[in-house]
Amino acid sequence: MSYRNDPYDPKQAALLAPEALETAVADAEKAFGEAKDLDALGALKPAHLGDRSPVSLARREIGSLPPAAKSDAGKRVNIARQAVQAAFDARHAELERERAARVLVEERVDVTLPWDRAPRGARHPLTTLMEHMGDLFVGMGYSIVDGPELELEWANFDALNIGPDHPARGLMDTFYVDLPGLVMRTHTSPGQVRTMLSGELPIHVVSPGRTYRTDELDATHTPVFHQIEGLVVDEGITMAHLKGTLDHFAKAMFGPDARTRWRPHYFPFTEPSAEFDVWFAEHRDGPRWVEWGGCGMVNPRVLTACGIDPERYSGFAFGIGVERTLMFRNGVSDMRDMVEGDARFTRNFGMAV
Amino acid sequence: MKLSLSWLREYVELPAGLDPADLERKLVDLGIEVESIVDQGATVKGGLVVGRVLEIEELTGFKKPIRFCHVDVGNPAAQEIVCGARNFAVGDLVVVILPGGELPGGFHIGARKTYGKPSNGMICSAAELGLSGDHDGIIVLPPESASPGTDARPLVGLDDTIVEVEITPDRGYEMSVRGIARELSHAYDAAYTDPGRPARSAATELVPYEVRLDDTVGCDRFAARVVRGIDPSAPSPEWMQRRLLTAGIRTISLAVDITNYVMIELGQPMHAFDLNLLKGGLVVRRAHPGEKLTTLDGVARVLDAEDMVICDESGPISLAAVMGGETSEVQPGTVDVLLEAAHWDPVMVGRTARRHKLFSEAAKRWERGVDPQLPLVALDRAVELLTTHAGGTVDERILDLNHVTPPAVITLPPDLATRRIGVPYSPEQVAEILSRIGCTVTSALDVTPPSWRPDLVAPIDLVEEVARLGGFDAIPAVLPPVLGGGSLTPAQLRRRSVGRAMAENGYVEVLSYPFVAPGAADAFGLEPADPRRSAVRLTNPLSEEEPLLRTSLLPPLLATLKRNLGRGERDLALYETGTVFLPHLTATAPPQLGVDHGPSDEDWQAANAIVPEQPWHLATVQTGDAAPAGWWGDGRPATWSDAVQSARVAIAAAGLSADRVSVRAAEYAPWHPGRCAEILVDGNPVGHAGELHPAVLEALELPRRTVAMEIDLDRLPATPVTQAPAISTYPPALIDVALVVRTEVPAADVEAALTAGAGDLLESVRLFDVYASEQLGEGVKSLAYKLTFRAADRTLKVEEAVAARDAAVALAASRTGATLRG
Repeated sequence: MSYRNDPYDPKQAALLAPEALETAVADAEKAFGEAKDLDALGALKPAHLGDRSPVSLARREIGSLPPAAKSDAGKRVNIARQAVQAAFDARHAELERERAARVLVEERVDVTLPWDRAPRGARHPLTTLMEHMGDLFVGMGYSIVDGPELELEWANFDALNIGPDHPARGLMDTFYVDLPGLVMRTHTSPGQVRTMLSGELPIHVVSPGRTYRTDELDATHTPVFHQIEGLVVDEGITMAHLKGTLDHFAKAMFGPDARTRWRPHYFPFTEPSAEFDVWFAEHRDGPRWVEWGGCGMVNPRVLTACGIDPERYSGFAFGIGVERTLMFRNGVSDMRDMVEGDARFTRNFGMAV
Repeated sequence: MKLSLSWLREYVELPAGLDPADLERKLVDLGIEVESIVDQGATVKGGLVVGRVLEIEELTGFKKPIRFCHVDVGNPAAQEIVCGARNFAVGDLVVVILPGGELPGGFHIGARKTYGKPSNGMICSAAELGLSGDHDGIIVLPPESASPGTDARPLVGLDDTIVEVEITPDRGYEMSVRGIARELSHAYDAAYTDPGRPARSAATELVPYEVRLDDTVGCDRFAARVVRGIDPSAPSPEWMQRRLLTAGIRTISLAVDITNYVMIELGQPMHAFDLNLLKGGLVVRRAHPGEKLTTLDGVARVLDAEDMVICDESGPISLAAVMGGETSEVQPGTVDVLLEAAHWDPVMVGRTARRHKLFSEAAKRWERGVDPQLPLVALDRAVELLTTHAGGTVDERILDLNHVTPPAVITLPPDLATRRIGVPYSPEQVAEILSRIGCTVTSALDVTPPSWRPDLVAPIDLVEEVARLGGFDAIPAVLPPVLGGGSLTPAQLRRRSVGRAMAENGYVEVLSYPFVAPGAADAFGLEPADPRRSAVRLTNPLSEEEPLLRTSLLPPLLATLKRNLGRGERDLALYETGTVFLPHLTATAPPQLGVDHGPSDEDWQAANAIVPEQPWHLATVQTGDAAPAGWWGDGRPATWSDAVQSARVAIAAAGLSADRVSVRAAEYAPWHPGRCAEILVDGNPVGHAGELHPAVLEALELPRRTVAMEIDLDRLPATPVTQAPAISTYPPALIDVALVVRTEVPAADVEAALTAGAGDLLESVRLFDVYASEQLGEGVKSLAYKLTFRAADRTLKVEEAVAARDAAVALAASRTGATLRG
């Protein structure tokens, strides 16, 4: 049905023809689909979505349509344009995904390249081991006490019931210095003497540190070595407390199977005295008893010399060699490795022991 | 000390077929350290039998004379054996090891052909059997002592078990067969016969020889007996020789061997004099200072006023208790013997032994304590042995000058053992245990120790015996009551924190010996008045080359660095924390502090005032690359600034904020005068860092450009409670400024001026470029800073930031002459 005054120009309106729009959409879909990359896709965009693209030109023709046809044509043009835009967007997204994937492939590196870009430092295993032991006792309510390495002879010997005629005071074991009344401490016990003299009771302390004896350096001896010694002084302290403490220490260090075995011994500063072995299941040569340290009840003469009433108070003391512990625990076969400062030895341990 | 089990069995009824492992365990549980237990029967394997020599054919034409023997070893046919020894004849009994056997040292015996003859086994010498090396030739057994073919082991002492033990210094009584047998009787609950009791003789009114005892402190007992007319050629019996050799004592002559034998058996050291070599009566006294005596070891000794001597009219003839003299010693032809058994002061003997470095078997026993009730028993035993083996006539007179004081009674609180050991012991149990070891115990636990236990003087000494014989295994394991939690001291926390920080920043910890050579101070280029030259000196260093204690960590640490370089390392960063030893300039002796009570506060302070300062230092040394070369690019050599950085890392790890740390140029040995930084905290110097002086590096043969840092950790102020910062959420304003200053102006001064001038809005200032160029001009440098401004409460306006920048530059200009670069 048509009207005379209808300004409809069939030639012009051909762009609005459903077939033409379909062709425009099909052409655009085809062109976008063939675009190899985002640049190519971008270059195609004006031809299919730009001002001079078929769908844009078609939209312009709507104005020339009779009012009755406008709505219908407008809908068709919009549908076509949306289809072209959707085709563009889909292809764009697809190409972006491809590009992102390609970038990831192109950016692939060899992650097995060496990583040691910064030099590795390390703490000496003796330090780490002493701290570990110290922490065990801090956890049991002990404090850690330090003391001078160049020490009063009285604190190193006399106060510990090592009288002037004791063989240990000869030149055989002790480093003497050109200052009167001083020696290089032969054990960390003088630190405990200092604690007792502080007058605060009860006492629960361990004293780790460096000690000195005139042994030549060889595979099993060093003139400068480390000890950790413990001291408890309180009312009612017995050898049973000592045993409980050492067994606990052994288990904390060497696992739940560890325990101690005592052998009666003699030390001037304790009585009764014992040397003790520890059952070490992880020994590299198989589970065995290993000599570990010395212990005993503080000799009342020591308490007296340190101003503590031995009638009221009693105490126990024990000591172990840190080097010796490191040797059997960590399989160090030569003492010299621990004292020569070879960086390779220490780096092996890193921050742990 | 080495003893044979057979000797012990003479006094303690040990079970037959003793298990060596059980014996060891029991000895250890008694507190006797076991060095070894050797079953000698097992040292020679296979057939070891008595043989009778039937025929000897002398073989000639070889380098040495060789014998081809037929030996009856109990088989129908004689054994053919080739032998190189010549000290035997047809009819002698010898010891033969049969083919298939093995001698000590893994020497297998087979049947073989040698010197053209078959040889089936070997005729043995004592040495080959692992006995003594003292005899020449093979063993010839006494005639008719055994029949051919029987086991030869018992005849040569190879049926015994040798026990080697270590005795603790408090238990002198265990230095004898008597003492060890007594201890074993406790462990095995076995019958014990005390060879030290009773004395069967007593002092007589008339004495066999005149002796005057001048010093009853040094010698509280002196006893002597005389035997005349012994056979000087009488040898010591084989068994005695064997036991002495086992104990490690050389056999000398019968009389001397007997004194040694009695010493080991009873624990009483003795001496035998040739009666006819003594001139006039004996005097026992202290030596006169400077008096001389040549002891048996041939050493001429100058005596001390504390030494005790036995003298005759000619002067000292014996260094009492330690070693006899040459002039009065028993000779090969001695027929009249004076035997002496005394009791000497252990302290005196210990001092004499140490003074003359004479740690004889006798001295070891005296020092540990000898039973003062032994002399007459020992003399009885010696006289009996001497007359049994060498005849002679015993002088019935007995000298015994006895000033021995009996052991004091110890009152033992009945519950003390329980309170110290932690195991309930009734007074009856305590009394029983103490009786077992020879104490006399009343029901009130008044305890009289036996004379052989001078170590038992206080109640705790008795408690120790109860614990030991009651058994340590009986003690339960109980944790003591817990106190409030412990914690590390601030100084301990700081040392740990600093140590970790250094390690995490690439430094490797070392623990060097603190011993230093005197030349180190010169090598370091220290000024003559440098306090670090004042070092404590060891009077008995292990190495005469390094007698000083370090006053700086660097000399030993650099030696460790060099050792690592010598082992092929190239890139090294080491650190050490430890004490240095700084003596006070005036060294006085500390006050005498007793042990009968605690020292007074004044005395204790006075004593501690002489103890050298021993602050904890931290040092780092570094050489080679600080960052390694690799696939990522070039390495970065360590420079002076790495050393400065290490100090900053340490101080930060000590919990002190960076704004409290400052650095200034210093000239301080052993550093390079142009590359040494003094490190300050709150304006107080704490140490130095930088490149070491080229001359120092050359003297120490270390690589050029080696850098080092050392700070005194104890000089760092206490770690404060860190205050939280106000975090602004407003955006920052960043402005770069480039300032031109004269070359010698420290960057730190410019930065300080910028910071002060910029005011509160400045958040941070960072130097990102330093350069000098011709274009810039002579003698000046450009410093480029990035200034970050931010306000706490608003977004800064551009004008505000620019104003702050201008203020900063203005102050830098006025303080340092800086000009803003176009």
